[in-house]
Amino acid sequence: MASETVSKKPSFLAALNYLSLALMLAATWMVFFYAPREAVMGEVQRVFYFHVSAGWVGMVAFIAAAVAGIIYLVRPDKKWDVFSVAAVEIGLVYSLVNIVTGSIWARPTWNTWWTWDPRLVTASVMELTFLAYLLLRQSIEDPERRARFGAIYSILGSLTVPLTYMSIRIWRTIHPVVIGSGDPGAKGNFAMTQPMVFTLLFSLLAFTVFGVTLLWHRVRLGWLTERVEQLRLKVMGM
Amino acid sequence: MISTQGLSKRFGYRWVLKDVDLDAQAGEIVALLGPNGAGKSTLLRILATLSKPTLGECQIAGFSLPQQAAAARARIGFLAHQPLLYEDLSAEQNLAFYARLYRIKRPAARVTELLRLFDLHLRRQEPVRIFSRGMQQRLALARVLLHNPRVLLLDEPHSGLDRAALDVLDSLLRKLAKKGTTILFATHDLHRAQSLARKVYVLAEGRLVAPSDGRRRIPGSFSGVYSRALRAAQKGA
Amino acid sequence: MRLKRGLSLAQYLATVFAILRKDLAVEWRSRQLLAAMLIFTLLVILIFNFALELDARVRSEVSAGVLWATFAFAGTLGLNRSMAVEKEGKALDGLLLAPVDRSAVYFGKAFANLFFMLVVAVLILPMYAILYNVNLWHSGFLLVVLLGSWGYSAIGTLLATMAIQARSRELLLPVLLFPLLIPVFVTAVRASSFFLQGLELTYIWPSLNLLIAYGLIMPALGYMFFDFIVEE
Repeated sequence: MASETVSKKPSFLAALNYLSLALMLAATWMVFFYAPREAVMGEVQRVFYFHVSAGWVGMVAFIAAAVAGIIYLVRPDKKWDVFSVAAVEIGLVYSLVNIVTGSIWARPTWNTWWTWDPRLVTASVMELTFLAYLLLRQSIEDPERRARFGAIYSILGSLTVPLTYMSIRIWRTIHPVVIGSGDPGAKGNFAMTQPMVFTLLFSLLAFTVFGVTLLWHRVRLGWLTERVEQLRLKVMGM
Repeated sequence: MISTQGLSKRFGYRWVLKDVDLDAQAGEIVALLGPNGAGKSTLLRILATLSKPTLGECQIAGFSLPQQAAAARARIGFLAHQPLLYEDLSAEQNLAFYARLYRIKRPAARVTELLRLFDLHLRRQEPVRIFSRGMQQRLALARVLLHNPRVLLLDEPHSGLDRAALDVLDSLLRKLAKKGTTILFATHDLHRAQSLARKVYVLAEGRLVAPSDGRRRIPGSFSGVYSRALRAAQKGA
Repeated sequence: MRLKRGLSLAQYLATVFAILRKDLAVEWRSRQLLAAMLIFTLLVILIFNFALELDARVRSEVSAGVLWATFAFAGTLGLNRSMAVEKEGKALDGLLLAPVDRSAVYFGKAFANLFFMLVVAVLILPMYAILYNVNLWHSGFLLVVLLGSWGYSAIGTLLATMAIQARSRELLLPVLLFPLLIPVFVTAVRASSFFLQGLELTYIWPSLNLLIAYGLIMPALGYMFFDFIVEE
């Protein structure tokens, strides 16, 4: 049964809406006006802040989905399934933003929208894995089995997350590693100055808060869908 | 030997079984009557450990489900709708394979014995694919009995059988019951239920609607009770 | 998971072996799968031949890739068939009713799938070697074939069991399987081509390690999850 808290929007969530908006606006302002212009790459480097932040939220969301999946298998409770699928959807959107912003940056820096670099490959594999997750869910009628299979596939799929994260650190790649040290052959590497670090940290914060807000809304939506389905069946007398 | 308390099963948002209290002693033959879609198969699948109840308790052959399902399996023989056989394998290969899974001692002798019992011995080498419905059903019954289960759960065991096979099956079931085997079988054939079972449960829309008959013989007017119970169930739902 | 309750390892292995033997018997009597896999494999190689215009210079570099792509496609045929056998007549329920550890069923099926992939490899590799005049007889390369096929079967069996219980199941399997397979696929191609180019072992070890790790992690996950996939 959906709990009563579902029907009313919690005031904390309402507050989060405004906080996210404020943080995102502030982060955007910082990216364009506070962070200095990078000497070699120029304005396009500014995409870096959102690129990294989106990638971060995407990966965390996928991991969260897998953790919810583990909890579901141990203790089958609908709410973990609802959370898991919400996290996957959020993760997919953020990872897509990550890939698109990366592409925009790659065009002037690497001279191509796309290249088959280990990082780009692993990131797209991660995206495809979780698209397959949605397809899997879609093709199973029984909600309990759907939840169980979803949980297992999200756990299997989450293996692509560390692989994506580590890809620029273990393989030879042209993708820069700004945090930590990367391949000397990477193209587009740069050293961050103090304001750049601040801007990055702030956009990480903004994206995370925004991500949590979206996740919360999506979880609530999942609950409401559940509720509607139950009421529908009640009315139909099943 | 079989007992359930408040057994309920939900598929998705729909309850297919609701508060089923059922009880069968050792050596008892119990019939489970009900129209198609009443939940008979679901109930048997739960008792056979293939499915887990959403709510409620159930004990079978001295084990509680679903916690001790793995241990209970060795004592249960379950005949499903489908024969649960490999169509490309021969009758003999199918039984030999299951004999290996059930770790039966002297498997070859046991397989031959059952093939003879169900009159399949002459065609033991032929693939199940070319068997008629009745032959598949007989082979499926042989598979169920392979490991001498203490509890038999049979989902419409009579379907597809010809007269001779029906008689063989019924006398076999009576003999097994005398030896202490608990038998619960689902059917929608009222007469079959009456002639074979000492106790009858009626399931409609997932609920047991006719009270169990206790130890008494089923009265001749049972069909009236049955149809009234069904009507009541349909009205109540 | 259920190894307690006095079920000895010998009994566990006996179950695994019984399942494997049963799958081989099914294949021996129907002879559908291997024939289909073989013809399919040859056709895929043929297609690659024209698509990539495999000439002497190119093929030494792409042989590993072509072979692994072929195995990956042929493998899904095997996985689908292996599960279809369990689905018709609902035989899988028969396995679940038996008093055996369900993970033993998983390993039995996985070994059967491995066996079929290796049979295809044994038949196709010499043929490829003759057709394209490349020497594939290299113990290291054969080891990679073994490891890669094992990783493939381990994850494939798990996902095929999942796919078979969903709608549009034959369609679903490659979609579920290939993203998770890419790590093992990429590594196997890399290791194979290193071996075929005769590189020093020190260059190849990282790839081999990855294959071994994959070949251990995937069966472990199968062992843990199979019960959840078949239960109702």
